Amino acid sequence: MSYTKRIDGRKFDETREIKTKVGVVPRADGSALFSFGDSVAIAAVYGPKPLHPQHLQNPEKGILRVNYDMLSFSVAERKKPGPSRRSSEISKVIEWALSPVLQLETFPNTVVDVFVHIIQADASTRCAAINAVAMALAHAGIPMTELVTAVSVGKIDKTLVVDVIKEEEDYREGEGSTDIPIAFTARSNKVSLLQLDGKIRPNELKEAIKLGERVCKKIYHEQKKALKSLGRKI
Amino acid sequence: METKDKVEVEEERMKGEIVIPGETIVSGSEYLPGDYTIREDDDIVAVRFGLATITGRLVKVIPLSGVYMPRKGNSVIGKVIDITFNGWIIDICSPYLAFLPISEVTKYINKNDLTEFLDIGDMIVANVLAVKHRGVDLTLKGRGLGKLEDGMIIRINSHKVPRVIGRGGSMINLIKKETLCSIIVGQNGLVWIKGKNIESELLAKESIMFIVEKSFIEGLTEKVHEFLRKKLKRD
Repeated sequence: MSYTKRIDGRKFDETREIKTKVGVVPRADGSALFSFGDSVAIAAVYGPKPLHPQHLQNPEKGILRVNYDMLSFSVAERKKPGPSRRSSEISKVIEWALSPVLQLETFPNTVVDVFVHIIQADASTRCAAINAVAMALAHAGIPMTELVTAVSVGKIDKTLVVDVIKEEEDYREGEGSTDIPIAFTARSNKVSLLQLDGKIRPNELKEAIKLGERVCKKIYHEQKKALKSLGRKI
Repeated sequence: METKDKVEVEEERMKGEIVIPGETIVSGSEYLPGDYTIREDDDIVAVRFGLATITGRLVKVIPLSGVYMPRKGNSVIGKVIDITFNGWIIDICSPYLAFLPISEVTKYINKNDLTEFLDIGDMIVANVLAVKHRGVDLTLKGRGLGKLEDGMIIRINSHKVPRVIGRGGSMINLIKKETLCSIIVGQNGLVWIKGKNIESELLAKESIMFIVEKSFIEGLTEKVHEFLRKKLKRD
């Protein structure tokens, strides 16, 4: 039997309920919350600020330093706190996804510190994290040419779906499941993150990217709305 | 501390619309990109979160959030965090540390012991002398500048400072008059308050926080006056 109906009853190109909020960490220079259903990410931005140790400084532009982590209670099986192979990889990947839009040339020798914490996880956490970080960076007043929006596209058996949940990620029948997190820049529509875990045919991948692009437009709308509604209050 | 420049900004704000990075503010080759905007083909695009204003042909974004960027002539409040052989390193809550050389202090300084004048942890009010390629230079030459003794220091969003000062200093003078406190508002968002007793200092602090929270409301001076009257009557 092929995957004709999603486990949680969503349409194939429908994301889970999206929640956004800007300014959730008052002490930070910028912060945001972004959630896809039960996957909730909180991002806090500090800086630009002086960077130490000095050998890490870049005299040409400021650097972005992302720290991604999942809280120990965010998953059913307690996650051991502290950095891991997985969290270092995701931190780097988020840095690479956001760096192309940042304009840190005016802040040489400084660092922009970003902390993203997943307080509740149900797959697609790196996408929720990227969306939260993009909003938090904008809130922190970091000059950037555009926002970045991310979504995960999955191939469950032979069907392309959007915003994968844990149960879909663990789907084993037929061709199994393939998870493809994609991030798009909002204005120029360029891919700034593309990862793939599983197997997929070239033409299906192209289709998946197109699907991701379409859904990212909708998510961008939510990010925009959250930032604008905060702006009215300050 | 209030300049004509800030009054103008205040007026422009009324016309502003909130924009996010990557958003087109206006289209048309006749417009010119100003602060925090870039031109992309015919569009003028914001590169910072803030209020977009159009004055004549010039389009710019006034930031609403983010860290303080020092500018020449700003008066700021800072903390001594280190001492070198020829001056002090000051933290002014900006991306770069500031430097106060001995030559910019009007008082006589014993070069063998700089701590006699300023020790680590001391707070000062200073003017920004220059913003150079790397680092910021400060000066204590000027009226009202120097070391801060006693009192308390609070931190607010540096973009709300013009609001706290008010037009021609109307807002801050009102608080000073009603609470009988001395208040210094640094452009970097640090505010020094000193009154006769803790109660009056706390009242001044509360009213400043009131302004920061309600900064988007019009006719705020009147509201603050009311707020202060109510508080003073109760105490």
